[in-house]
Amino acid sequence: MAKTKNMKKEMSRLANLTKGFFKENPVFVFLLGLCPALAVTGTVEASLGMGLLVIFVLTGSNVVVSLIRKWIPHQIRVPSYIVIISTFVTIVGLLTEAYAYALHGELGIFIPLIVVNCLILGRAESYASKNKVHDAAIDGFGMGLGFLGALVVIGFFREFLSTGAIAYGVFLPLAETPGSIINIDSYVFSMDAFGQAPGGFLVIGLLLGIFNFVAILKRNKKERERQRMIEEKKRQALERKRQKAQEKAGAKA
Amino acid sequence: MSWTVFFVAIFSSMLINNVVLMKFLGVCPFLGVSKKTGSALGMSAAVMFVMVIAAFVSYLLYYLVLVPLEIEFVQTISFILIIASLVQLVEMIIKKISKKLYKSLGVYIALITTNCAILGIAVENITRDFAGQYGLFPGLAVAVTTAFGAALGFGLVMFAFSTIRERLEGANVPEAWKGVPVSLITAGIMALAFAGLGGIVG
Repeated sequence: MAKTKNMKKEMSRLANLTKGFFKENPVFVFLLGLCPALAVTGTVEASLGMGLLVIFVLTGSNVVVSLIRKWIPHQIRVPSYIVIISTFVTIVGLLTEAYAYALHGELGIFIPLIVVNCLILGRAESYASKNKVHDAAIDGFGMGLGFLGALVVIGFFREFLSTGAIAYGVFLPLAETPGSIINIDSYVFSMDAFGQAPGGFLVIGLLLGIFNFVAILKRNKKERERQRMIEEKKRQALERKRQKAQEKAGAKA
Repeated sequence: MSWTVFFVAIFSSMLINNVVLMKFLGVCPFLGVSKKTGSALGMSAAVMFVMVIAAFVSYLLYYLVLVPLEIEFVQTISFILIIASLVQLVEMIIKKISKKLYKSLGVYIALITTNCAILGIAVENITRDFAGQYGLFPGLAVAVTTAFGAALGFGLVMFAFSTIRERLEGANVPEAWKGVPVSLITAGIMALAFAGLGGIVG
């Protein structure tokens, strides 16, 4: 009995961790934190850096908010969350400036702007302020991972479309290498605009549309399946009725 | 320092380095409150109000308080607190001065605290070092002008985008692309147009 209960708890924790990946993905489902998702996803490298920073800030702020949730007066909870979040953002800013200066230069103004990322404030308000510390930590980490995943997907497409490279400036060995079957120089087909401002909007819009399309296909399939089930059941019921009538007729005869 | 500095500041922050389409600041209200032209204009007016005051106050706070005390590292915390309390203050003042204005702007003002354009412009005014270039108080004037231009650019893009979205309501868009995706693609095309303005003013 105790074991099943424990397992259930484990399961729910796993669900808590993974819900941010697809079902409640902060960028693609809830459209939270779109500013950094548009601005720093020119390359996979920068997206990865931004995602890691957000994971750190989100987990930290969730833990602290959850720790002191009982002492925060309801009326001033949002300013207190903002102070907690901006403390972590300051820590992250100073750390990147000291140990990852190239990343600090690339993300620039978007490091202090993590403070106003709606994702972090949203998680503090809707989850961390109501749940226990370890749950809040798992939630923050999972949501951060979902955010990182979304940024990397966007960054991958943008870097590929704008430079022809897969990630970190690495090209597929397709062009002018002896022995390769297809000779496509992906650099030739690159479109600069995707690495700059317009590409961010276009790529996120197209990705959202494709995800919607897949979701609609899935829903239609489910709907058809349901319709078929209903038909089947109706048919079975009809069959049974007929059989019963036949039996009755047989008994009479 | 001549008057052209101000002209360049307004022109470049309004059109060339547009907050929404070029710097990706304030995308949330850009997508969230642009369904109707009226609410888009209300939001832009509220943003202009707060952005100019926030640029003024944060610039003075940085150079008159943080720098003399050598605590520049609390910049982020102090700026966001200043902006949050400023938003509250502006809300109260507007409520006192004009009930009519409050009715049309009140809803949007509360949303402004999490508008990254306000904090973004305040931080950028510091990183661009106007005080070093022009001196403390002329720098303040340039910073406020930049904020004003940025707010004008925000309003311009909000207005244009909301009118496009009103037309999109009646357009025959594929089901999967309805709503946010097609708006994002529209914004992307608008950004392409704005990218053409780059390089007019050095």
